Amino acid sequence: MILRAENATRQYFRQGKGTNVFTALHETNLSLESGTLTEVIGRSGSGKRTLLNLFAGLLAPTSGKIFAGDTDLYAMEDMERSKFRNEAIGVVPQGQTGLKSLTVLENVLLPCEMYGISGREQQAEELLRKVDILDLKNVYPSELSGGEMRRLAIARALIRDPGIILADEPTSDLDDENTRIVLGLLRECADSGKAVLLVTHETEAAAYADRVYRMEKGVLTEVPKEEE
Amino acid sequence: MKFTRKLALKNLKRKPGRTAALILLSAFLALSVFGGSLIVMSLQNGLDSYESRLGADIIIVPKEARSHGSIESILLQGIPGYFYMNDSALEKARNTEGVEIATPQFYLASASAGCCSVSVQIIGFDPETDFTIKPWISKSYRGEVGDGDLIVGCNIEVPSSRILTFYNQEYNVAGQLERTGTGLDNAVYANMNTIRQMMENSVLMGFDYFSDVPFEHAVSAVMIKVQDGYDIDQVTGDLNIHIRRVEAEKAKSMVSDIASGLTSVSRVIGLLTIMIWILSIVILIVAFAMIVNERKKEFAVLRVMGASRKMLSGLLLAESGITSIAGAVTGVLFAALILFPFLGTIQRSLNLPMLLPSMPVILLLAAGSVVLSAAAGALTGAVSARRITKAETGMILREDV
Repeated sequence: MILRAENATRQYFRQGKGTNVFTALHETNLSLESGTLTEVIGRSGSGKRTLLNLFAGLLAPTSGKIFAGDTDLYAMEDMERSKFRNEAIGVVPQGQTGLKSLTVLENVLLPCEMYGISGREQQAEELLRKVDILDLKNVYPSELSGGEMRRLAIARALIRDPGIILADEPTSDLDDENTRIVLGLLRECADSGKAVLLVTHETEAAAYADRVYRMEKGVLTEVPKEEE
Repeated sequence: MKFTRKLALKNLKRKPGRTAALILLSAFLALSVFGGSLIVMSLQNGLDSYESRLGADIIIVPKEARSHGSIESILLQGIPGYFYMNDSALEKARNTEGVEIATPQFYLASASAGCCSVSVQIIGFDPETDFTIKPWISKSYRGEVGDGDLIVGCNIEVPSSRILTFYNQEYNVAGQLERTGTGLDNAVYANMNTIRQMMENSVLMGFDYFSDVPFEHAVSAVMIKVQDGYDIDQVTGDLNIHIRRVEAEKAKSMVSDIASGLTSVSRVIGLLTIMIWILSIVILIVAFAMIVNERKKEFAVLRVMGASRKMLSGLLLAESGITSIAGAVTGVLFAALILFPFLGTIQRSLNLPMLLPSMPVILLLAAGSVVLSAAAGALTGAVSARRITKAETGMILREDV
């Protein structure tokens, strides 16, 4: 399954002295392809998260379309789009996103439980082993470090074995070692055939990417390999 | 178990303080509706009990009765007191046009001295003509009230010997009445011969209750039933004209003071209940809105994982439903714990008759209060659920930089 943005534009209404419209994303075209790690770099507020949310089916474009294969993602009903996201897209959101009332293992299993899929404990434990936090499976997210939390989010994003991974600043506020671990895991995902989108403001991640784009004031431009 | 319910339970368990606060608010809702309704119903039952206790259309009392304290409190609440008139008034009443039955009643306060077992109001009636006390007594005592027999209200402590002494004479307790919720639960009932003997004994002991009325001709009140087709106001007027030194009054106007007091109290309780309800619901809506606002990120993460808007609504409804039901049950139980043991104290402080409704009615009221409070609590959760599910997840995530 490939995600594709076609002339996607997203505007926000800002209310201050009078209402004005702010365009966060200008007629953007981008395809996420299987086995490819695509990186979008840019400053805070440049529009890269808006692009990721559009691909995740969480924010409708003001104009243009997002296609999942041949299907317009935003022509789907909420229930259908939510189920599609659950099955086909693994999102690693920015920040501390573990649900505090659930243990690490329960957090990883949650996307399965949502749709009544049981018996995935072994798979969840394998994923936790892979991201090196299996020994923490019974603790609550409040006891995890930033790096451990990010690894939990990756394991959770992978539990449904989706074809697409969308990672939002997965290495922000991580130390060098944890940054390497997290980027290595995303690279592994791409190598295993998944389409990975990594949005970040950190240029160091470019070394792990197959394609690099720069987002500036809502305009996306590809960065030639030699510039990385 | 469904995912939403399972997650809701875990969320509530992990936040005991927040959960307890929500349960407490719902409990307050249920407590106010159950407690308020039960008090109002008990007051209404108490008034009904008074009216049925009176059972007469007109009551004649001596003019001086007013100076012996509230006639209503003596007649209706069984507060010890006395007043007497000559029994000629009874004969005159019987001869008045429109009077179907006229029956005497006798009120004697027992002395607090050693000659009497307990300090109570003793009420005497004529078994031959009585139509007010006998039907009421027969609800809980089926036998005849013979000479020397006493029937006692439910609050009178009966010794194992079943003997009570009044004015140095022993009397047999033949039966005890069911609770009426009125002061009459504290009174003792005897037939005319028995009370005449007590009156005589009191005179022999030197108690001067009767002033210029010979005790053997003394009656306290005459209860009158008006013939069908006659106007009660007209008959009351005639009685006041034809019989000197008495006051004939419609029974309904005797309970009107109590009824108006009851209406005021019921109105205050009803208003308080409504105010508590509105306040609790507003607080619940604000609390849920604050909680949902605080948990926006959590809901956004669930959406990121593939939860639909319907699932989020389900989760919030499950949480509010669980806390509301738990709160409603707690509130009703707490109200019962407060009300049932302290009903007497509440009655005394309100100075109005109170009689609890029957057990099936109480259970129905409790179930209704639980359903109503739980529904109100769940509805406030639904308001917040609607707000959060309408928001675009991408916008929430965008805010969270």
